[in-house]
Amino acid sequence: MKNFVYVLFGLLFGFVITKAEVISWFRIQSMFRFEEWHMYLVIGAAVAVGALSVQLLKRSGARSLTGEELDYKGKTFHKGFVYGGVIFGIGWAITGACPGPIFAQIGAGETPALATLAGALVGAYLYHANKSRLPH
Amino acid sequence: MEWLYEPWTWAVAGPLIGLFVPALLLTMNGKLGISSAFEHLCMMLIPTERHAMFSFNWKDNGWKVYFTVGIMLGAYIATRFFSSTEVAFLPEHYHSLGGVVTLFAGGMLVGFGTRYANGCTSGHSIFGLSILQSSSLKATLSFFAGGLLYTFLSSIL
Repeated sequence: MKNFVYVLFGLLFGFVITKAEVISWFRIQSMFRFEEWHMYLVIGAAVAVGALSVQLLKRSGARSLTGEELDYKGKTFHKGFVYGGVIFGIGWAITGACPGPIFAQIGAGETPALATLAGALVGAYLYHANKSRLPH
Repeated sequence: MEWLYEPWTWAVAGPLIGLFVPALLLTMNGKLGISSAFEHLCMMLIPTERHAMFSFNWKDNGWKVYFTVGIMLGAYIATRFFSSTEVAFLPEHYHSLGGVVTLFAGGMLVGFGTRYANGCTSGHSIFGLSILQSSSLKATLSFFAGGLLYTFLSSIL
């Protein structure tokens, strides 16, 4: 049952990002070339609504359906946020896909995106195999 | 209802994406994010004795593989049943052997980079910025620095 809910959330998310075309290589190119504002406005509007929701949840003291206090803990900064971030940004420009959209491109029938996913799994593996040697 | 079949404007899609932040928090205390699913998928593909190197956080991230399965289904439904025209998401030149090699190499940078940065556009740029985390702002600026740098260099070379 729980797993069905996770799939359902993913389905809605995949539907919205596909209709918004944020999974499109062409949109990503236009974003990095400053040819259109679409991507910036989608991300900006998402963050505005997300941040406003979080403030409302905090003030109302809402709890999750699981009964726990909501967990707003962020991630502790290390150098990898910058080094890894730049590496990911280059990959994003090449493939036209960040992680969620890789799966969406596959679902949308763009079979070459299977190569992007295979690369991403190898990349994640290589990070973990080498992380003790990387600056953090 | 015609708008449903056209590409959606940012003014509809952006806020809907933002609503996943409170929706996931309220239903399962979950933080929006995708890239840790790469680790989980790796663990499904390699022998168990090597799983320790991932130090995978099951409590926070165990649900994400189901989430990615849903993303594929949602994208399938959106393009198959809710699209008035056929939309290409990848350019023609990626539908070739060279294109697939390029995507694989680019995908490696996406997988390596997001795990090194401990998050991606959803985890840092949507969720992290929504909880006003400075570490996620630094990550987001780095994503754009990398993408802009590559795009600029590839246009002048």
